[in-house]
Amino acid sequence: MQGRFIEILVGIFMLLFFVAMGILALRVSNLSSIGGNSGYEITAAFENIGGLKVRSAVSAGGVRVGRVSAIKYSSEDYNAVVTMKIDEEFSSFPIDTTASIYTAGLLGEQYIGLEPGADFEYLEAGHEIELTQSAVVLEKLIGQVVFSRSGEK
Amino acid sequence: MLDWLQQFGRFWIDLAGSFGRSHIFLSRILLSIPSLVFRFSLVVKQLYASGVLTLSIILVSGLFVGMVLALQGYNTLVGFGAEESLGVVVALTLVRELGPVVSGLLFAGRAGSAMTAEIGLMKATEQLAGLEMMAVDPYKRIFAPRFLAGFIALPCLAAMFSAIGVLGGYLVGVEVLGVDDGAFWSQMKSAVNFVDDVVNGLIKALVFGFVVCWIAIFQGADCIPTSEGVSRATTRTVVYSSLAILGLDFLLTAVMFSV
Repeated sequence: MQGRFIEILVGIFMLLFFVAMGILALRVSNLSSIGGNSGYEITAAFENIGGLKVRSAVSAGGVRVGRVSAIKYSSEDYNAVVTMKIDEEFSSFPIDTTASIYTAGLLGEQYIGLEPGADFEYLEAGHEIELTQSAVVLEKLIGQVVFSRSGEK
Repeated sequence: MLDWLQQFGRFWIDLAGSFGRSHIFLSRILLSIPSLVFRFSLVVKQLYASGVLTLSIILVSGLFVGMVLALQGYNTLVGFGAEESLGVVVALTLVRELGPVVSGLLFAGRAGSAMTAEIGLMKATEQLAGLEMMAVDPYKRIFAPRFLAGFIALPCLAAMFSAIGVLGGYLVGVEVLGVDDGAFWSQMKSAVNFVDDVVNGLIKALVFGFVVCWIAIFQGADCIPTSEGVSRATTRTVVYSSLAILGLDFLLTAVMFSV
């Protein structure tokens, strides 16, 4: 009888472990958003990507529609080629969509914002976004302000 | 002077001796683990002793550690207007560091010391010698089940510690301090990676479980079979395993998180 009691308690113990792992996997970490992640990849070339990183968000109208999956430097065109994976459900971006790099808040992380164009053809896997706008580099901006001020005198 | 030198030499010889014995001991335990497949009830019994009985202290301290993290983190973050990141702070600290380390320390104090004292007393009252007389291998019957049970129990306890700690942080952060509910969970979700953070934390706990059980069982089996010897071995278990956990934690963190 006592052995049965102990075994039941150990069963509850292991069950609690699985519950804890479930909480950690589904509530605390991003496992649920990785699972079944199907989408299509498009690329965009930027002159300067600033602080953009792999896994940075890609959003349209403030809603996250995908993530940056790779960043490469092209030594032929001297620019950065960003590959982003857009979720399957957002499959209707026109070909003339604009991709710009924004900063969330003044010191926040950088993300790609997509602004849909008006074309009737849609972007598909492997397509490249032609219209891009580079990241605003704060140091350059400050440099320009300082330069123009000193020119006024 | 010569006496002192002799003592110094003896210290190192003893150290090297126990180092060697502990490795032979460990390899014999590991070799007898496969035989436990046929007598898994022994492991279940030990899981009760080292896992279930440690559960209450783990859950209570996990809850309070999570609540304290939320309080402290909030006071710092609110200065930067970033109190929404409270969930990230609480979850990452718990999952990566405090979960495995604190539950390892508590496990060493609660279950490790009990293991040492039990095995030490078995040795002092010559029960181990009795088992051998009856041709029962104490490695298969006594040591290996305890080792395996502790090895399984600690990662489970660490996961529960982290989970209940996050809930404690949620209670204080959202219910008491008024951080936004949605921001708390969504920022946590986007910042915590399952493989990089949760699984690496569990690997840490596995390593700690291995080391604590090794130290605890070896100290018990290697102690001087008197009441004083058992008490000394128990103390040594807690001290050595705490030091081992903290030292290994640094090494593992350096390997895992220094990308």
